[in-house]
Amino acid sequence: MNALQEIYGGFKSLLIGMRITLGQFFKRTVTVHYPHQSLKMPPRYRGHIELVGNPETGKPLCIVCKLCERACPSGCIGVEGTKYEGDRRKTVTSYELDFTKCSLCGACVEVCRDGAIRFSRDYNLAGLTKEEFLLDLVRRFHAQQEARGKPEIRNPKSEIRSPESGASAEPKAETATATLNLTP
Amino acid sequence: MNALFAKTFAFLDTEPYRLVIWVVAIVSFVALNAAYLVWVERKGAARFQRRPGPTEVGPAGLLQPVADGLKLMSKQLIVPAGADSMLFRAAPLLVMAPVLMSLAVVPFGRGVTALDLNASLLIVFALGPINLMVVMVGGWASRNKYAVMSAARVVSQNVAYEIPMLLVVTTMAMVTGTLDLNQIVQQQSGGFWHWNLFRVWVNPLMPVTFLIFYICMLAETNRAPFDLAEAESELVAGAYTEYGEMGFGVFFMAEYANIVLGCSLATVLFLGGWQSPFGVMPGLVWFLVKLYFLIFSVVWIRWTFPRTQFYGLLNLSWKILIPLSLFTLILSAGMIKILRALS
Repeated sequence: MNALQEIYGGFKSLLIGMRITLGQFFKRTVTVHYPHQSLKMPPRYRGHIELVGNPETGKPLCIVCKLCERACPSGCIGVEGTKYEGDRRKTVTSYELDFTKCSLCGACVEVCRDGAIRFSRDYNLAGLTKEEFLLDLVRRFHAQQEARGKPEIRNPKSEIRSPESGASAEPKAETATATLNLTP
Repeated sequence: MNALFAKTFAFLDTEPYRLVIWVVAIVSFVALNAAYLVWVERKGAARFQRRPGPTEVGPAGLLQPVADGLKLMSKQLIVPAGADSMLFRAAPLLVMAPVLMSLAVVPFGRGVTALDLNASLLIVFALGPINLMVVMVGGWASRNKYAVMSAARVVSQNVAYEIPMLLVVTTMAMVTGTLDLNQIVQQQSGGFWHWNLFRVWVNPLMPVTFLIFYICMLAETNRAPFDLAEAESELVAGAYTEYGEMGFGVFFMAEYANIVLGCSLATVLFLGGWQSPFGVMPGLVWFLVKLYFLIFSVVWIRWTFPRTQFYGLLNLSWKILIPLSLFTLILSAGMIKILRALS
């Protein structure tokens, strides 16, 4: 009798298991269809650094003080700028980030007095050549400004080519921030 | 017009043409099922795990089997050094043949049977075990330790599960009084309460008998949770370890073809075959509905239960299924005797 009870109990538990899996069968999927969809990264995600713009003028906040260049333990930052006539401060013309060396320690972000750099939330960074990781952040900044439809402020010293030619162009950044769209 | 049509194509019912048509029909039915059950399996697995499954090749991934087939066919056929090359090559050929032959006697609908034999049930169970013997041969011929272990498992698993399966089939033969699958289906006409599954006045344990049959079918087709012959976490791919390209593909197709055959038999023996559950419009459609429901259950079971251990598998058969099926056999024998005496 005990054995029969055991069989009955075991069989019942199997049926319960099957009911649970069938319940899951009809629920919506929980996965992200990656190349077509991607997750929005949380605010404190550390991607490579990017330039922060002044929301009023649309220009980069960076004043080319080179504190970040000196603070970087890997020496992967190179900032150059000029002082235009009439301006009280320098304007960044080239901000080169060698992302092959960067360890995302954040020393540059911490040391910046003007809050001119921050971590991006771009994680689609796979590339086939080393050169793809030598990022020009000024070009990237302008590409982002253009994509947002802000008044475009062209800097005479930094040429803006089509976004595709940029090392880390806007389309990549856009996929990273695309909202997660779950299809039922 | 209709008469002309019938006259023109009347020759199709004469012997050589009929044979060719049936061979083509069964082979294509098996091939299509095998190919698309892979898709069903993958989609089903994905849904049970709340993933979308194959979506990239064709709409809803429907061309996935074609892509898989092309990939397998483009691979090189390798016979491992030291393997018995003749048996190694013969195994994939032999594994499909018994299934195709068995499907010839399965009644898909009214008059839709390739071969109307009066011992069709016997034929199916005579041919069935060949498939497993071939898996054993393939595993042994590979000269691979995993394949040989798998072959040994296949043998002991089969000896264990053939017995309750045949006891159940004997019970069914006694209850129906025939070995003809067509007649078994015809006896179950009228409605779902006439199905053998609900013939509780002959044998009150009929649903249990059906479950035993279904469990044995899972074990005989090497399906999860009884897929110890190709337990990928311990035996690489079991008997199929050394097989590449279409050799592997054929084994894979044979596995699904066996599921189709097993589920067809379950449908015919217990669920009324092509009979409608409400007594209206009996036909091929009902057979396919029941068949695919059972096949879905196979996928459902696979993605619900983890693989059993080997002693668990053998214990289930020797300690539970065989005593139970023997009991149902004796019970229904007694019940039939009593019913005869009463009437």
